[in-house]
Amino acid sequence: MPETKLTIQAGTRHFYWLLFKSTFLISAFTVGGGMVIIPLLKAKFVDEYGWIDDKETLDIVAVAQSMPGVMAVNASIMLGYRMSGLMGTLTALIATLLPPLITMSLIAVFYDMFAHNLYIQLILKGMQCGATAIIINVVINLVQKLIKKQQALPILIFLGTMTAVLAFDVNLMYCVIVDGLIGLLLLRSPKYN
Amino acid sequence: MEIYFLLYWEFCKIGLFCVGGGYASMPWIQAVVVDSYHWLTMSEFIDIFTISQMTPGPIGINAATFAGTKIAGMGGSIAATLGFVTPSLILCLGVTYLLKKYGDITAIKGILNGLRPAVIALIFAAGLSFVYLSVWNTEGLPEDITAFDTKGLLILILAIAAVRRKMGVINLLVLSGILGLLLGLTGI
Repeated sequence: MPETKLTIQAGTRHFYWLLFKSTFLISAFTVGGGMVIIPLLKAKFVDEYGWIDDKETLDIVAVAQSMPGVMAVNASIMLGYRMSGLMGTLTALIATLLPPLITMSLIAVFYDMFAHNLYIQLILKGMQCGATAIIINVVINLVQKLIKKQQALPILIFLGTMTAVLAFDVNLMYCVIVDGLIGLLLLRSPKYN
Repeated sequence: MEIYFLLYWEFCKIGLFCVGGGYASMPWIQAVVVDSYHWLTMSEFIDIFTISQMTPGPIGINAATFAGTKIAGMGGSIAATLGFVTPSLILCLGVTYLLKKYGDITAIKGILNGLRPAVIALIFAAGLSFVYLSVWNTEGLPEDITAFDTKGLLILILAIAAVRRKMGVINLLVLSGILGLLLGLTGI
């Protein structure tokens, strides 16, 4: 038995309620998503409730990061599963999805009401430029990281995909299928991880 | 009813192919929602992206929910969000199982290693559409490069300078919005 922080047994009704409540609150109050949510989940589930241990959490985060989709969602799916199987997964997943579902639905309604207002349009235009700057920054950072690794094949994949999409208007789906196959055949070595 | 299934299926594909965090979902959502089905305009799409940055929750989920609501109301948002997380659910549980059984997922890792640089290229391409709209107010490559929007260009340059100096995303967006309002009202 690990330390005696385990006061609520996994699998009980009270457990699911606590799991739901904590995941819901963390999801509701984390702006930006992604990595930010992980230390919060860890603080709750590892340190406070002791439902899983540190190493398990790290493993989960590593996999969650590399899987497709949103990291916070991937992490809650796997954390839920480790703690209490499929029911745990569903509880954590729904609790993660509900807050953005509620907020964004409300915002979408307001957006429809106000988007044609002149002042709102001016503000949104300004924000579009700000969002463009954020995307440019993300691209710069990602490309820098890619170049720093100095691996020829990933850089070739980047350039090839860019040419295919921008110059030849190739469907994104075909691009990723080809790139995924290249990865499966040639990039399995851990140094590419 | 059909629109819900279509939304579910299209966002399923988006969820499957967005490897590498929230921003990776944007080019896919753009390709489906703006380019293929014309559910939203490029301008509305960028607004979704902007608002998603400023509200709690992961960007990919926020964007799926917002786009779903705009396209088909409450049901649309649920269909899009569920579609978006279905691949995550299957893959994450599958990988947990494979790791437990074989302790080896190098094949999956290989595929993902191939996808990651590709996704950077896709985000790059999506970023270009953002630039076209901000600076030229066009959805694609502008026909007349010199016909740019001075206000848009000015805000963009200031915003890039700010974001490179590590200004927080929310501050940046709020300030860009205020600047857009001020410049628009003074009519420069």
